[in-house]
Amino acid sequence: MANTNTLGIIFSNMHDETINELTAKRTMGSIPYGGRYRLVDFALSNMVNSGIYDVGVVTKSNYQSLMDHVSSGREWDLARKRKGLNILPPFGNAGGGIYRGKLEALANISSFIQHSNEDYVVMTDCDLVANIDYNELLEFHKANNADITVAYKVQEIMPETSQNKVILTMDEKDHRLTDVFIHPSYLGKANVLCNIFIISRILLLRIISEASSRNLYSFKQDILQKRCNVYRIFGYELKGYTARIDSLQTYYDANMELLNLENGNQLFLKTRPIYTKVRDEVPAKYGLNAAVTNSLVADGCVIDGEVENSILFRNVYIEKGAKVKNSIIMQGTIIRKDSSLNCVITDKDVIVGEARELSGSPNYPIYIAKNIKV
Amino acid sequence: MFYKKECIAMLLAGGQGSRLYVLTQNIAKPAVPYGGKYRIIDFPLSNCINSGIDTVGVLTQYQPLELNDYIGSGQPWDLDRMNGGVHVLPPYQKSTGSDWYKGTANAIYQNLHFIDRYNPEYVLVLSGDHIYKMDYSEMLEDHKKNNADCTIAVLEVPMEEASRFGIMNADEDGKIYEFEEKPAHPKSNLASMGIYIFNWSKLKSYLIEDEKDPNSSKDFGKNVIPKMLANEERMFAYRFDGYWKDVGTIDSLWEANMDLLDPKVPLELYDPNWKIYSRNPVMPPHYISKEAVVQNSMITEGCEIHGTVDFSVLSSGVVVEPGAVVRDSILMSGTVVKSGAVVEYAIVAENVTIGENAVIGKRPEDVQNKDEWGIAVIGSDVTVAPGATVAPKQMVDKDVM
Repeated sequence: MANTNTLGIIFSNMHDETINELTAKRTMGSIPYGGRYRLVDFALSNMVNSGIYDVGVVTKSNYQSLMDHVSSGREWDLARKRKGLNILPPFGNAGGGIYRGKLEALANISSFIQHSNEDYVVMTDCDLVANIDYNELLEFHKANNADITVAYKVQEIMPETSQNKVILTMDEKDHRLTDVFIHPSYLGKANVLCNIFIISRILLLRIISEASSRNLYSFKQDILQKRCNVYRIFGYELKGYTARIDSLQTYYDANMELLNLENGNQLFLKTRPIYTKVRDEVPAKYGLNAAVTNSLVADGCVIDGEVENSILFRNVYIEKGAKVKNSIIMQGTIIRKDSSLNCVITDKDVIVGEARELSGSPNYPIYIAKNIKV
Repeated sequence: MFYKKECIAMLLAGGQGSRLYVLTQNIAKPAVPYGGKYRIIDFPLSNCINSGIDTVGVLTQYQPLELNDYIGSGQPWDLDRMNGGVHVLPPYQKSTGSDWYKGTANAIYQNLHFIDRYNPEYVLVLSGDHIYKMDYSEMLEDHKKNNADCTIAVLEVPMEEASRFGIMNADEDGKIYEFEEKPAHPKSNLASMGIYIFNWSKLKSYLIEDEKDPNSSKDFGKNVIPKMLANEERMFAYRFDGYWKDVGTIDSLWEANMDLLDPKVPLELYDPNWKIYSRNPVMPPHYISKEAVVQNSMITEGCEIHGTVDFSVLSSGVVVEPGAVVRDSILMSGTVVKSGAVVEYAIVAENVTIGENAVIGKRPEDVQNKDEWGIAVIGSDVTVAPGATVAPKQMVDKDVM
């Protein structure tokens, strides 16, 4: 269990632009998910559950909510003297500044990487919801004598979810990458890149310095794609439940998928729990008129209305006569009496007044921004 | 390095709570779960931190393992401090010999040095047996205003119940002139809540004196308070009018949980300015399935409900399978109610498995002889076989076949 030779790097801001409704005031990593989590919880918990206690979180912009959430890292057992959590905000000297891509972001933190004593580096973005044992990837990486190992998921690509995908082709036998396609117009079954990479620390530093001397900044394009045949790059298939969040639609779907308990059971393992910030809320309270079916409900909720196929975050109030269906209701939202919501995503602290009606559709959910009064 | 503290708290948590029977077989009473995600001790600890008291000694003696584990560094209550914080204080061996805590006063006496390190003006003595929210800083203000030596928090109880309590007889200004322990003919209805503020120098001298008395039972209520009264020390009653419940019996523990479901009961746990902190479970939100019916209940994270839950309080990770019915009951963490089982008027401790179609407890109206009715209680880690029965009032600590 004790993994003493791996450094974890989490990119909290990558892909913000793919879901700009939710990232207007926060990072990808601090998007609320699943009733009580933020996307960064999965990356952080996976690290810690894999014995990786040396973790850096790279931030770029809008990262107040992330800082507030992660704080000292105590909830993940990362507030420690030896190793522990490092938040790495933009470090704007020597012409670094705000990075354009992963290679520049890494160049900005190269002294952090240099100062680490670890042999390997696990890098992950915050667009993936999954419970992953990184040790299995590390074993795979070592067994293949790989330069870089990338995680992928075999996925059916539909027209409505085709954007923002990176597709890999690889040798069927040993899973060595043969080619990389960035945002291709492709439909059907494919190996979709999940943004998790394993690499030795020494090689990573070499790549960073080379890239910076050539003014290259995209890890995907300049390394994975262009140098696919130079480096020994291998693909590791993620099994079990995973959700990649790259649009408001996939965000909605990934939440709704939790209502299938089989998915939840693969995500929330007793042996590898997902940690998050503790808010000390009271258990959820159901009133005389509550009628709740097929829903996830977090602590602190007070429900006296009808809730169906929905996800209620902490501290949500559903008043008598209100009806909430197929919706994601974030923390602190109040749905006043006799209101009716269908296929709605309400961001934090929204108030829906009495007898309002809001209705989207499953392939076009309505989004209500933070603090809005309807 | 110890900085002076104006007021520190000493929390008496060593009691066995023998009237909770199987529920306190392996844990001390303050560690008994309550209200879905709390333990009794969360209330005094949270009250302390919310009142600005950041130094708390917790006196443990009976079955301390789980309580020690639960308190840990004190972090959930913000009581992990460089100076102060929470300290678990079990009896220990001294060069002059070693002793168990012989009574509430003796327990404090044995920790004189702990208190002296902070050189406090005042010491707040609490017990770990009650569910209530109280601002101790207001009580301390009163204590100072009255220039008191001792202030005792009191609660008005119905006159007909007064003979079950320690009763304070006080004049109009709140000055106590008489204390009667469980009087047959009470003169007032001001019951002691077991919450005291003492001037430390004064208390210290009484504790040292009481220790020398071979006839004393070393108890605050029986010895120290009467002695102080006899010596005409300035003792005042501090009236408290909020919710306060002693959860020392099966019935009162059940009632105190049910009170959380009653909108008329003034115990507001949802107040963001006076949170009750606890060690939170690391579990996903609870899931209510398509066929589930949940009303009038409190459900904690990690639960999975497929059956019917009504007028009940469920702790984290409880599973109620399809067709199972849970009514008027308290289910603690990790308990599983298999399909078709019926649980009514029961307290079920942690990690219990209730087999398919088993029947636990009964509604009072379904019992002919009312003397045979009571809350059914199942101790932790018990397995109840499919189809087995646990009768009302029965207490079970071994597997039921």
